[in-house]
Amino acid sequence: MLRLENIEKTFNPGTPNAKTAIRGLSLHLEKGDFVTIIGSNGAGKSTLFGAIAGSFLTDSGSIYLDGRDITFDPEHKRAKQIGRLFQDPLRGSAPNMTIEENLFLASRKGGAMSRIGRADREMFKERLRLLDMGLESRLTSKVGLLSGGQRQALTLLMATMVTPKLLLLDEHTAALDPGTAEKVLKLTRSIVENSGITCLMVTHNMHQALELGNRTLMMADGGIVLDIKGESRSSLTVNDLLEMFKKEVGQGLDNDRMLLS
Amino acid sequence: MDFGTLLGLAQSAAELGLICSLTALSLYLSYSMLNVCDLSTDGCFTLGAVVGANVSLNGHPFLALPAAMLAGMLSGFVTGFLQTKMGVNSLLAGIIVNTALYSVNVAAMDGASLIPLNKADTVFTKAKGLLEGSFIEEQYKLLAVLVIVAAAVAVLVAFLKTKLGMSIRCAGDNPDMVRSSSINIVHMTIIGLCASNALTGLSGCLMAQAQKSVDINLGNGMLTIALASLLIGRTLMGRGGLALGGVGVVVGAVIFRLVYAAALRLDMPAFMLKAVSSVIVVAAISLPYLKASWEVLLRKIRHKRRGPADA
Repeated sequence: MLRLENIEKTFNPGTPNAKTAIRGLSLHLEKGDFVTIIGSNGAGKSTLFGAIAGSFLTDSGSIYLDGRDITFDPEHKRAKQIGRLFQDPLRGSAPNMTIEENLFLASRKGGAMSRIGRADREMFKERLRLLDMGLESRLTSKVGLLSGGQRQALTLLMATMVTPKLLLLDEHTAALDPGTAEKVLKLTRSIVENSGITCLMVTHNMHQALELGNRTLMMADGGIVLDIKGESRSSLTVNDLLEMFKKEVGQGLDNDRMLLS
Repeated sequence: MDFGTLLGLAQSAAELGLICSLTALSLYLSYSMLNVCDLSTDGCFTLGAVVGANVSLNGHPFLALPAAMLAGMLSGFVTGFLQTKMGVNSLLAGIIVNTALYSVNVAAMDGASLIPLNKADTVFTKAKGLLEGSFIEEQYKLLAVLVIVAAAVAVLVAFLKTKLGMSIRCAGDNPDMVRSSSINIVHMTIIGLCASNALTGLSGCLMAQAQKSVDINLGNGMLTIALASLLIGRTLMGRGGLALGGVGVVVGAVIFRLVYAAALRLDMPAFMLKAVSSVIVVAAISLPYLKASWEVLLRKIRHKRRGPADA
């Protein structure tokens, strides 16, 4: 499904601030894989997502999605097949536009001159009902009036409205309060599992990293240091994970937001 | 001065306001929606006027309108292309195009700095002929421009509610989101500037036809005047829906001209127009900002007055 071959990315090359964020990283995902990613601050998790989504071109290496070479595809072209959620809930929707307008753009239906029709509104309401946040009765409210949690849930809905081949979740519940985070996570799980979307999720919650999905990657210094899947993963505890990381990297996992519970 | 003269003055102010409201609508699209400050507006206004005048002189007063819009679109395309595909800063792109348009306009005027349209048919002379003998005969100009502006607002609002229009608004509203979505932000910027400059061109063309002449400096200061109208409209209508916003822009442009006409009657010299519009723009943009800093200043003063706390 997704194949990264030896990708490298250095920011500010040739300057004193040069930082190699990804070094020689290769990764292969099967269709339907739900992979959680953990790692220290600056390990290259977000850079990895940027490289896959096309926010920048990698310095070397190749990226294939579903057998197609997308190494040099521009971001908006990749976005047709890749959904992406950021930690900041304000990044994924347009605040001065209404809920239905945001959803309509996400549905990618119709030609350039098409307008929102009655059938579209019915479909939006049906989808919004899944969120269980009362948004189905607020189709014409401006998105800027919603809370962070509501906006992130809406963004999730928008990112999966047209089922993407790949979904990138970059700590998308980290900025939400615990109750809302729980709700958005549950929703993520049901949408991803129901549609069988291949999914990469960065999390700082070790428990979540092991509980969700079928594979866990640990990143350090721009590379993947641990790749845990299958049976070895199901019996793993958070403590085992920390031990393994320490053994592999030579130092403890250092993430200022890390939740061990 | 009698009531009839006053009414006549108000009418011509309203006509002028309506004609310029098309430029304000153009900024409604580029400045308010797309969040791009398009500094090529002045030159584009003159371009529309020159192209419209030439087509009118050749005996096609109606064809002049789409021709001027097309010319505006081309100018908008260049501005958009420079800032999205050529790495030129967006403000600079507007200024460069504005400068280049001066030469283009003089060339299109065959080296002259004035084109008189006294002998040419215009949409207004056509409207006059059509309304001859009816009780609204005197208001032919106002009615003609009202019909055109109403159509422009209706089309613009309808356009903003299409998928393409929404994509353009989205590109201005949350560029971060658009960059990581399947919408091509480059295309949206270029299309938005084309549409917006088409309105500016139309505005210039109508101005030329209404005053029956074009001179090379016709568009000078239009950007600020239109921005003032836009901001007056926004203050009046608040941040309501799209249709209300569009109507607000037109109302703002008419109010601007009415107030200006009144100031002229009170012996304000005509050359003050540009200074007045600049002051209005600064006031509309700065007042909310100053209000916030004023509150902090008040807090500081109260804080100081309380004196040092007993430690």
